[in-house]
Amino acid sequence: MATVAEQWVLVEMVQALYEAPAYHLILEGILILWIIRLLFSKTYKLQERSDLTLKEKEELIEEWQPEPLVPPVSKDHPALNYNIVSGPPSHNIVVNGKECINFASFNFLGLLDNPRLKAAALASLKKYGVGTCGPRGFYGTFDVHLDLEDRLAKFMKTEEAIIYSYGFATIASAIPAYSKRGDIVFVDKAACFAIQKGLQASRSDIKLFNHNDMDDLERLLKEQEIEDQKNPRKARVTRRFIIVEGLYMNTGTVCPLPELVKLKYKYKARIFLEESLSFGVLGEHGRGVTEHFGINIDDIDLISANMENSLASIGGFCCGRSFVIDHQRLSGQGYCFSASLPPLLAAAAIEALNIMEENPGIFAVLKEKCKRIHKALQGLQQYVNRELPDVQAGFRKGRRTRDPIANIHWIIEKAREFQKKHLFLLY
Amino acid sequence: MRPDPGGCCCSRRPVRANSCVANGEVRNGYVRSSAAAAAASAGQVHHVTQNGGLYKRPFNEGFEETPMLVAVLTYVGYGVLTLFGYLRDFLRHWRIEKCHHATEREEQKDFVSLYQDFENFYTRNLYMRIRDNWNRPICSVPGARVDIMERQSHDYNWSFKYTGNVIKDVINMGSYNYLGFARNSGPCQEAAAKVLEEYGVGVCSTRQEIGNLDKHEELEKLVASFLGVEAAMAYGMGFATNSMNIPALVSKGCLILSDELNHASLVLGARLSGATIRVFKHNNMQSLEKLLKDAIVYGQPRTRRPWKKILILVEGIYSMEGSIVRLPEVIALKKKYKAYLYLDEAHSIGALGPTGRGVVDYFGLDPEDVDIMMGTFTKSFGASGGYIGGKKALIDYLRTHSHSAVYAASLSPPVAEQIITAMKCIMGQDGTTLGQECIQQLAENVRYFRRRLKSMGFIIYGNEDSPVVPLMLYMPAKIGAFGREMLKRNIGVVVVGFPATPIIESRARFCLSAAHTREMLDTALKEIGEVGDLLHLKYSRRRSVPLLDRPFDEMTYEETED
Repeated sequence: MATVAEQWVLVEMVQALYEAPAYHLILEGILILWIIRLLFSKTYKLQERSDLTLKEKEELIEEWQPEPLVPPVSKDHPALNYNIVSGPPSHNIVVNGKECINFASFNFLGLLDNPRLKAAALASLKKYGVGTCGPRGFYGTFDVHLDLEDRLAKFMKTEEAIIYSYGFATIASAIPAYSKRGDIVFVDKAACFAIQKGLQASRSDIKLFNHNDMDDLERLLKEQEIEDQKNPRKARVTRRFIIVEGLYMNTGTVCPLPELVKLKYKYKARIFLEESLSFGVLGEHGRGVTEHFGINIDDIDLISANMENSLASIGGFCCGRSFVIDHQRLSGQGYCFSASLPPLLAAAAIEALNIMEENPGIFAVLKEKCKRIHKALQGLQQYVNRELPDVQAGFRKGRRTRDPIANIHWIIEKAREFQKKHLFLLY
Repeated sequence: MRPDPGGCCCSRRPVRANSCVANGEVRNGYVRSSAAAAAASAGQVHHVTQNGGLYKRPFNEGFEETPMLVAVLTYVGYGVLTLFGYLRDFLRHWRIEKCHHATEREEQKDFVSLYQDFENFYTRNLYMRIRDNWNRPICSVPGARVDIMERQSHDYNWSFKYTGNVIKDVINMGSYNYLGFARNSGPCQEAAAKVLEEYGVGVCSTRQEIGNLDKHEELEKLVASFLGVEAAMAYGMGFATNSMNIPALVSKGCLILSDELNHASLVLGARLSGATIRVFKHNNMQSLEKLLKDAIVYGQPRTRRPWKKILILVEGIYSMEGSIVRLPEVIALKKKYKAYLYLDEAHSIGALGPTGRGVVDYFGLDPEDVDIMMGTFTKSFGASGGYIGGKKALIDYLRTHSHSAVYAASLSPPVAEQIITAMKCIMGQDGTTLGQECIQQLAENVRYFRRRLKSMGFIIYGNEDSPVVPLMLYMPAKIGAFGREMLKRNIGVVVVGFPATPIIESRARFCLSAAHTREMLDTALKEIGEVGDLLHLKYSRRRSVPLLDRPFDEMTYEETED
């Protein structure tokens, strides 16, 4: 049956061919020939890509000159030659061969040359050696680390604490562990450099508010709320964080924590508090700015501090609820991918905590002395507000440089010039 | 496949004998015929280089292919685990199973949740099951033998309790103690104790302010003379050295060519710098050359402007693979294309080379060819911290512009003293030959250990001279089993899985040390052999006949059998 049908179709075709008009056939013939020609002609791309020949490429490679690896640094760059300190950087310090009184270290509680700390560190050195030879995950966790984490958690009255081996890396690893691309972070304009690096690594949206200006922050939060109402689906997965410091490194002021906590609950944002300078300084027992204002520590999601200031050791820690802190054990870059803190430094930190717990009176003493110095410096007010030289330590003024520290150096020099004796009556 | 005379040869056919290079001439053993080679699908991939003089010694690196059956079973294993994970999550959600992990505060329940559920799926369901293999707390010096605190868990690893017992004298194959300087007695420790008494522990300031002690200056001069460079600078943390100095060297408009398997600190530093990052295949010089050529010829994307600088980021020894960077070729490429080289010697400083000066010494090259030599003091010197060495202009620039010098604390004085003493010992400046002995002992240990493991039939990755020895496990269940069985037999090992490695290539990683004696290695090898039989880990299809323990010279070659 199939062949008959085929034959029948063929007959039909041939008949149609005979019956078609001539011009039709000619047109179709031309079209077929054109198609065949197109099929076999060389292809070409619509936009002519500049395919360079090998010779041209080699010429380009020959010609290309990179910039020098580093730009030259002039010999009298102010930050090039560091001041050399011989001996321990304690209160009486020998800088460049000259004996001075040290107003420049962050040795707030004077524990740097405390014999108890040295003894504890020595005992640890005799037991463990110096280095830990591994990150926390691979036989780098010592019982000293676990002890220190325990003690810090108890001291700060939180559930858990986690230790980092370097103060800078603490907040710079903590922020990207929680805040990712697409999350929103409200940061004070005067935030320190470590926080800035943490934010840069996190790739989140950053919204800056004026220093210590709660109205500005509220305005930003309200704007964000309006944005959220436009797109509620996105808002349900966007995390919000407010990052502030207890005592700001760049301006020396304290953050208004009670208002911040109110804003937190009103606009549902989490607070990360960076307490490097206020830990061991503010508060009745030295617990930082939360104790200073009498705020429940659970209201703050994460407190981060470094142990290089009041505790006179090296390293940093974060403390808070286990729900928050435990996450960093697997996703804190400075924790997972770096060697752990040398045990002698951890032992020194534990001993420093012991001292802080045993005599809580030192915080009141520190506060008194601060008040006296501030009053004494009032006489130099005219100098305090003068312009700093433009290039200070290679950074331009106004880009969150260490203005107040430079100020103090500068003031001390001026004071020596004018021989203001009463600066040296303390310590 | 003939080796091309200019480049390096990557022979895919199973080569019978190790090719050795003698004065640029190649003496090959017999090579198999191609028919048989096609049949052997799991052939050994030997990267043998014969570059007419670029390499002064044979470069033997092998990454044996995963056997097909093993790969399939590994995927099946992960599939089963994932299904069970979903089941358990379902049960936990409907409260049929008790939920052990911490939860959000009641007052903050209406906040946007801090973690996304699927982010932690792997942690909750796979990592938790074998969590006891990591974070094992120790309570002694991390030397060749270590005391591990015993922990128990009654709720399947969600929480641990310390029983109070201590597992004593566990052979430590996990710590990075290459030259055995992790000691709590001896000259290094005494010097560090003296400095501790005098200087205290902390510094409480940054380098540029008042934290630059005379100890730091001394250390930096010593590091510069150790490496053979003009100047050096030391920092408080190895991770921070990378993440804070790469942004100071390159910025937007520069190009970074980084190896596929670079460490997290290098990746973070590259990201923070703002430069464009392009990744080349691991240790693959053709890939690197292609990227360099394309970069210079085509310039920046879209604008076609020429790049300001090109920086190549490589490591000396890659700690997960055990491979050594092909430094002679990288330097040749760098010179040809006028790029800059940043070499991270975290694991290789002190551990490679006849005098312990790292991978530059190992290949017999000139340290001036490497623009930026970076390394850490954690591994071979038993301390902590990092350094960067190079020309004086570079170090001057870093002293003024490095973020670490301005904002981060400097090294603690006793740690600096430990580094100084250890370095003097390695250089032989303390009057003994202890340093040289340690270096030789490490090299012997490495050769012996690797050869024995290969002869037992395990798949070992990496270069034959690297003290990092990854042993492939592949299947997820074997990760936990290997770690636990070895601890039962009093040997502490490190096991790694996803996400530090590709998902099917989980491994156990041994770090050899000069402090390991031959007896310790033999004990360890015996136990590893037992566990390997128990867990069926001897995957290798190419077993080599064990050789006499002679140092390598032109007359010896290995016979391989299948």
